[in-house]
Amino acid sequence: MSMEGIAMATAEAGTRGRPVTAGLTLFAVLAVAAFVGALAIGPFTIAPGRVFAVLWDWITGAAPAGSLRERIVVLDVRLPRALVGALAGSGMAVAGALMQGVFRNPLADPSLVGVAPGAALAAVAFVVFGAPLVALLPQPLQVVGLPLAAFAGGLVTTLVIARLAEHDGRTSVATLLFAGLALGALASAGTGVMVFLASEQQTRDFLFWTLGSLGGATWMKAALAAPFVLGLLAIAVGLARGLDALALGEAEAFHAGVSVERLKRTAVVAVAAGVGAAVAATGVVGFVGLVVPHLARLVIGPSHRALVPASALLGAAVLLGADILARMIAAPAELPLGVVTALVGAPFFLWLLLKRRAFVG
Amino acid sequence: MYRAENVTVTASGRRLVDGASLTVRPGRVTVLVGPNGAGKSTLLKAMSGEHRLATGRVTLDGISIHDMRPLELARRRAVLPQAAEVAFPFTAAEVITAGLMAGEGHDRARILRLLARVDLPGFADRRYDSLSGGERQRVQLARILAQLDAGKPDAPGYLFLDEPTASLDLAHQLTVLNIARAHADAGGGVLAVLHDLNLAAMVADEIVVLAGGRVRAAGPVAEVLTEPVLADAFGIRLRIGVAPPGPFILPQNVQAAE
Repeated sequence: MSMEGIAMATAEAGTRGRPVTAGLTLFAVLAVAAFVGALAIGPFTIAPGRVFAVLWDWITGAAPAGSLRERIVVLDVRLPRALVGALAGSGMAVAGALMQGVFRNPLADPSLVGVAPGAALAAVAFVVFGAPLVALLPQPLQVVGLPLAAFAGGLVTTLVIARLAEHDGRTSVATLLFAGLALGALASAGTGVMVFLASEQQTRDFLFWTLGSLGGATWMKAALAAPFVLGLLAIAVGLARGLDALALGEAEAFHAGVSVERLKRTAVVAVAAGVGAAVAATGVVGFVGLVVPHLARLVIGPSHRALVPASALLGAAVLLGADILARMIAAPAELPLGVVTALVGAPFFLWLLLKRRAFVG
Repeated sequence: MYRAENVTVTASGRRLVDGASLTVRPGRVTVLVGPNGAGKSTLLKAMSGEHRLATGRVTLDGISIHDMRPLELARRRAVLPQAAEVAFPFTAAEVITAGLMAGEGHDRARILRLLARVDLPGFADRRYDSLSGGERQRVQLARILAQLDAGKPDAPGYLFLDEPTASLDLAHQLTVLNIARAHADAGGGVLAVLHDLNLAAMVADEIVVLAGGRVRAAGPVAEVLTEPVLADAFGIRLRIGVAPPGPFILPQNVQAAE
């Protein structure tokens, strides 16, 4: 659905007073700005004008302007990094919005409730144990093995959490959060054991999987993440109406004509796909899935028809912004991305908890 | 015609509804009454498709509702929930739109009209979670009216109301029952669970008395609201007066049956 289409659909839906179009425009501007910033900012700073010139020449295939160094930095280093960041940010944020919609609670977040750590554990297990098996597979399958493993890990964890948190058709928020925390800790511990048993450069790998980084981004990673994240987005847009009805309650959504079980199953698979792709590309970057949908709701309101595209745009902006910070704070060293998102996200989560203390009970 | 045929609903081994049959006809208001725990809400939920049936079937114009897709069913029957929480900070107007899956009926003028009809003019942009219980219930009523409106403008469909007057003051109890009456007069069917026998006597065309999960009596108000039936169902002895519009029950002349 185009942005105008969404804006029109929501305007006619009686959302007077919600600046939906303005909000989506704002988030789009932020995403573009963060993307350009990600290409321009770094140890070797390139003026945005030069960035555009290099990109334009690359797209049009014209004789390269810019210096070789500029071209290498922009096209081979920063562009894949920015693409991976944008995809992972969108994926985590939209997955967060979907999870919150399905659990009917704004505290559900893929990294907090163990989905992302579960995906990371599966990804590490694939790297450590999968290698001998992978050699037997045809070449194209070898490459997608990692994101597929992360997807499977995310799917299993989501299903386990949904199972644990649900009782008599109601989702207990306290169980959801605590079981999710325990599962996340368990998965991270498993990741740690595997990394330390298997790898030469253990600590670095462990930091990548548990705190995330865009440091290892390549064109290949971007190409692998893209179909999963785009699939998640397409599904999320399709589920938006149903998720709005689900906010009324599960029985109410059924009475309004939603196939609730099918909606939940589809959402779980989509969440696992988005989170799996993001984690395979960047490791576990916490709090994006929690903070982004919430910020988006503050601006454009809770309707998922606008929330899904808004989360995608703002998620990309936030993750790229966090990566710029991660590269700048301790330059020339890089902070793990998850450290930056946690610095912002954890206090935000506490604030959200205190605000809804009664609700969490 | 919306029918429950010999419906049994069980939960953890207990029969909540036991072989109940019930017909809701277009143009009629059918009211379910009975003591606490009689299975009224359960029967309504079984008829709406929310509860699984142990035996029996529920049909809409002869077709089993379990063979219909939720969206198909939603076009022809809407259910007013008891005390509904909404998960995110939606406004009243957004709550109404959130329940519309058919893709029509989104226009604001219609939503404002429906809010005015449930006596909530000017509430469209108020946050649902800031409303009182009675106001929320009326927003939900506007929502389900919008759902039936959007579903099939040519036939009004069926309204299922589970204790629609529970958190309402007297004036708004009447507002809601008048809406139910008007819906039936326009050719729709209404099934309502009511606690208050006098309200039931006032609005119902047909009354179904449920006790212990079984239908004890069913039929026109004057035939059903009788001393033996109520003594049997509620375990009380009482006297029923008759004044021009129909039977009435004064709490003063109620006493426990032996």
